[in-house]
Amino acid sequence: MKKILLSAFLYAGTLVAQPLDPAKLLQPPTDSWPTYNGDYTGRRYSPLTQINQSNVGTLNLAWTRRFTAGGGRGGGGGVQIKATPLEVNGILYFAAPDNAWAVDARSGRELWHYTWVTTGGLHIGNRGFGMYGDWLYFETPDCYLVSLDAKTGKMRWNHQIADVKQEYFCGPAPMVLKNHIITGVGGDSLDVPGYLEARDPETGALQWRWNTTPRPGEPGSETWPSRASMEHGGGMTWHSGTYDPELNLYYFGTGNPNPVYAPQSRSGDNLYTCSIVALNPDTGKLVWYYQVSPHDSHDFDNVETPVLIDGEFKGQARKMLAQAARNGYFVLLDRTNGKNLLTAPFVEGLNWSKGLDADGRPIPNPDKEAKPDGTLVSPTEGGAANWFAPSFSPLTGLFYTHASESYGLDWRTDISKTPEGYGGRNQTIWMQNLLEAIDYKTGKVVWTHRYPTQGGNRSGLLSTAGGLLFGGDPTSSVFAMDPANGKMLWHAGLQSSVSNGPITFALDGRQYMVVGAGDSLYAFTLPGH
Amino acid sequence: MFRLLQNGVSVVAVLWALPLSAQLISRPVPSAGAVERGKKEFVIQCAGCHGSDARGEDNGPDLVRSVTVLDDEQGSLIGPVLRKGFPNDGMPPFDLSDAQVQDLAAFLRERTQAAINRNAYPLQNLLTGNAKDGEAFFNGAGRCNSCHSVTGDLAGIASRFQPAQLQTRFLYPRGGRGGPNGAQAKPITATVTTRTGPAISGTLEFIDDFTVGLRDADGYYRSFSRDVVKVDVQDPLAAHVQLLKQYTDKNMHDVLAYLVTLK
Repeated sequence: MKKILLSAFLYAGTLVAQPLDPAKLLQPPTDSWPTYNGDYTGRRYSPLTQINQSNVGTLNLAWTRRFTAGGGRGGGGGVQIKATPLEVNGILYFAAPDNAWAVDARSGRELWHYTWVTTGGLHIGNRGFGMYGDWLYFETPDCYLVSLDAKTGKMRWNHQIADVKQEYFCGPAPMVLKNHIITGVGGDSLDVPGYLEARDPETGALQWRWNTTPRPGEPGSETWPSRASMEHGGGMTWHSGTYDPELNLYYFGTGNPNPVYAPQSRSGDNLYTCSIVALNPDTGKLVWYYQVSPHDSHDFDNVETPVLIDGEFKGQARKMLAQAARNGYFVLLDRTNGKNLLTAPFVEGLNWSKGLDADGRPIPNPDKEAKPDGTLVSPTEGGAANWFAPSFSPLTGLFYTHASESYGLDWRTDISKTPEGYGGRNQTIWMQNLLEAIDYKTGKVVWTHRYPTQGGNRSGLLSTAGGLLFGGDPTSSVFAMDPANGKMLWHAGLQSSVSNGPITFALDGRQYMVVGAGDSLYAFTLPGH
Repeated sequence: MFRLLQNGVSVVAVLWALPLSAQLISRPVPSAGAVERGKKEFVIQCAGCHGSDARGEDNGPDLVRSVTVLDDEQGSLIGPVLRKGFPNDGMPPFDLSDAQVQDLAAFLRERTQAAINRNAYPLQNLLTGNAKDGEAFFNGAGRCNSCHSVTGDLAGIASRFQPAQLQTRFLYPRGGRGGPNGAQAKPITATVTTRTGPAISGTLEFIDDFTVGLRDADGYYRSFSRDVVKVDVQDPLAAHVQLLKQYTDKNMHDVLAYLVTLK
């Protein structure tokens, strides 16, 4: 008891940010969670075992803390924590639109709170920080990249990364790869072109820009009918990717082409929208691509995390990449070259596609494009999966994702030769939320948990070497399941539904699991540790 | 999405990262008067090349997605362009007052916001189906008549709902995200069997993996931990979900065409 009191006193007086050791970025997450997905693989798998199947039933709340937006808005009327916090040397760093915080990971005590005065933009969400040494980076809804000093929360500099007046808005967690800060942009409303940029960690100076859609004469331009269609072709870059340091390739998914529901002015595959792409982070040059939704007309942004799997496939050790795509297909690629290893649907009812081509690419069904009188499409706009973090456990060999079976109506409202914006509308008719475990070697769904409540679920997932799969349900519980079979092992009721991906880390010999729900963070530990 | 709360009130909670209509427009909406004046000016001075909707024609580019128009603030960028023109590209300079420039800027802002605000895009003709085929589906393959009657519960339904509402409602009356209000839909019921007492049935008001709550015949709210009871949920609208997997788009359009005859 005495020791605990002394420790608490010391923390209160002296807890100061320590720089992030770059070596941590290359290791599985144990005492830190230094990137959006914990490490570069996107697996959201922790080797920690203190919390495990034998004791998870006693997992208990260590602290909870509610956060209030200041200055601008927190998104959607109040703070919605969609960010995955970073945990570095005992401090959690996370953000919401126009707001960022550092809190003591042991107590939830706020160390600093930074607010950004907004000039506009859609305040849908912010997914958090990237960190380089003592410096933090996050994006604002009005598309500035802001760098903060982790010790004080003071702004070092900001750079505009997109023009909010053109209807861009921004919020992905920047990726830190060597000396590159990778930033992406969003914005579907007015057919602006998507791009990804790298900036210097010290100054924020632009290092390179990669355009999702080609310019006339460039490779890929043959998949668009005109200059205007490429320049207004969309392909947003609104989610963090993954990185293989050995291959020096950055992998990420690109958004849908524009105009969204009215594709008549953009015949062709519309590269490199709705694709998984591999870039050299030092040059920004495209090394390979694989298009998961050719010529999309259903808003199936293909930004879902491309998870890196090292393992065996058909008897051969391989470097692979797996994605549960918004369009309802699970794809497994050889990540050295982008070659397809398998494609399989992971939900029932998909009707937007006619099947697969020789390269495993789904073939869109033109009969299911939006029409003025409506087409009944499965899945609906939100997709069979979305940005909510999946997880891969090397112990089970299973890929876990929240998923939805759904139907929606797609109406085309703009039948002109030159449609603009969305050019159509969607309404979800029905949706069933699921948690699925997919065998990466076969693409088969090994088990499915069907939530009894109808509703969306934006909770991410986390698997651990303790034989646990953490996530949130569509109502307001955080839970732990047996990742082998989906059996519920533990749950706790929160004030609202889980809104980010759970993380775990060890601190002072205790393993913590921290999750965000609405405007609050909750930290759980085992009693007696 | 519909989320059932323990107090029995159905609320529409947006759980998805999708903007609401109000959030789509993030810049000030110009006054209707300025838009109207600007529109008149535009039709006279500009529409000949740029089209009456400002989306461009062969002789003049699209202005709705023009970076100059988007970055403009009340004529700050448009004004100099208008007064200077692009004589080499066939656009003469225009002699306009500041007020006229601001009105034109207001009209163009209205045009861009109309393109941005997809939730307000007007739907076009939804009634393309064949009512006779719809009637045949209703009484045949769809088996709609096993629960519904066009002279009973559906009598006059086309007088109560517009076609767009009817289309989404007949597909699934409880509605999805942002869908039609399900308050009038038939409630889901549940029967809970405890280890000791008799089975309890009622209207399902809450369910997740851990708890089930129902309102019994006497109006009492009863809540149970699911690890000690057996729960049997009955959704009277389950057939609608099954039909979603069965409809062709023609079936859907035919049924709508039939339903709109039920005035």
